[in-house]
Amino acid sequence: MSLSPSPLFSAPGPQVRAVSDEFHGDLLEVSMGPHHPSTHGVFRMMATLDGETVVKLKPVFGYLHRNHEKIGEGTSYLGSMPYTDRLDYLCSMTNNWAYALAVESLSGQAVPERAQYLRVILAELTRLLNHTCLAGFLLQDCGASGTPLMYAFREREKILDLFESLSGSRMMCNYQRFGGCRTDAPPGWLEAAAALVGGYGAFLDEYEALLTGNEILMARTQGVGRLPAALAISAGVTGPMLRAAGVDYDLRKVDGYGFYPRFEFRVPLGAHGDTYDRYMVRVLEMRESIGILQQALRGIPAGPIMDPKARLRGFRAKPGEAYGRIEGPKGEIGFFLISEGGPNPYRYRVRPPSFINLTILEDLCLGHSIADTVVILGSIDIVLGEVDR
Amino acid sequence: MIGTGLLKGLAVTARNFAGSFHDPKRFVTTQYPEERTKLPEAYRNFPFLVSESADDPMGTLRCVACQICEKECPPQCILIEKSSDKKPDANGRMQLYPKIFDIDTAVCMSCQICVEVCPFDAIKMDQVFEIAATDRFTGLILDRQALAKPDSYFHQIRPTEAAEVEGRLAEGRRAAQEKARAAAAKAAPAAPAEPPAAPSAEAAKPPRPPA
Repeated sequence: MSLSPSPLFSAPGPQVRAVSDEFHGDLLEVSMGPHHPSTHGVFRMMATLDGETVVKLKPVFGYLHRNHEKIGEGTSYLGSMPYTDRLDYLCSMTNNWAYALAVESLSGQAVPERAQYLRVILAELTRLLNHTCLAGFLLQDCGASGTPLMYAFREREKILDLFESLSGSRMMCNYQRFGGCRTDAPPGWLEAAAALVGGYGAFLDEYEALLTGNEILMARTQGVGRLPAALAISAGVTGPMLRAAGVDYDLRKVDGYGFYPRFEFRVPLGAHGDTYDRYMVRVLEMRESIGILQQALRGIPAGPIMDPKARLRGFRAKPGEAYGRIEGPKGEIGFFLISEGGPNPYRYRVRPPSFINLTILEDLCLGHSIADTVVILGSIDIVLGEVDR
Repeated sequence: MIGTGLLKGLAVTARNFAGSFHDPKRFVTTQYPEERTKLPEAYRNFPFLVSESADDPMGTLRCVACQICEKECPPQCILIEKSSDKKPDANGRMQLYPKIFDIDTAVCMSCQICVEVCPFDAIKMDQVFEIAATDRFTGLILDRQALAKPDSYFHQIRPTEAAEVEGRLAEGRRAAQEKARAAAAKAAPAAPAEPPAAPSAEAAKPPRPPA
């Protein structure tokens, strides 16, 4: 295994071999985690190293297993809603929406127009929040201690303030209901959201000036953790990971759920499928999100936010099966429900995007150094609450 | 040229660093506990029980111990025991009341489903977040004395929602009064026509005041 020459630092000279045949030693097994700060939670990587090069990597997870799906079979449909906040705790609004979509397709409830607009606004704000955080964490994983992450968190806090004034909680929003949203936006909320969205482009410009052209970031991420499109498709990878590999697949376009067909936006695609592309695809997605948000905030109509026929107490769904999926910030988040007509589902199953995106971790890491596995893991964008459920 | 990206990034950092001294847009830190941010009205953390008056909170709880919140609570952190006797509520109707109403705030996840399902507007979300306790049993399991807070407090923390609730309750009171008046009006002409020898079920009840 030779160090691949970087296009930026292609200094002439002899090729350096990472592992020479004369000094070939024993393989070393390293257990990274579950309490390693770079694993984004309680996640463990059993890495087998030849020198510093990864020759085998086994992801171990389940440390945060909370029995989410079994609990969902025991509680009422409404009672599962606050638990979905705790799956991917950065993106509670999109989790809520996917679950509400699944239950609505079981019960056949219609969602009023204003609630549909609010859902789009909240989902896109969540996408901004998630991708901003991800860029910060990725840089933290590269060793840029503090600065990019703190800039990201400064902006994230503004979005969380919006969520708090709307739903009452910064992260555990528990906001969507079957047939609409729980409360209407308080006076001045939409204006505050429009002000935030208006200023977000300037923040992205600043953030990109800090990062996108940075030679160290390029050296650490370009050509690292390359994901071929064929592997991404066969492994069921979704979201920005898949689009960075060059596959044009966005549920907002494919399914056209909610009111997304009403909005104009483009789907950014990567060309190489490496870590840098995954970073860039997310930055470009944020720019598109800003466009969607501006359209939605302009077009949001007045009116009710709940289906008048919706019932909170004693809600029962019609017997049948339903799968509700949306394009979450991390990929396709879906809920599969089987109803027997009772107050709680017979079967409740979550399709978590970051869990399925994580399955290809070994393929991405093989042949790279142990320091690169941290960067690759950071670019996959996992939240352990969702991986382990 | 190698290094220009780095220099550009450094310029951003320098701007932010300098700005953190003079640009109010970059003063994002609140010096808690000396400074406090204003909580939004929607902010919620743990539930409390609404009582009509501050002087006699236990006697004027709105809760009628219907136990809907206990059943709907996703993490099952509410324990309610019904009373065996009844007390008149704000509308003058005889209602049960909770003999025991405990909420384990160590288990509560602040989802506010108890508030949404309550048909009596008797449980609402509080905004007090400085609730650290030294003992996880007695300090965090709140009984009905600790949970009861007067309606005026609810009006103070959530004016918009309280006004809505007030309207709903006033409507309920008006409907109850009208119903009582209609019942009295119906009973008034019917009473003299009724012979005093009533069926035995009627006789078991205390005698009605003469109309």
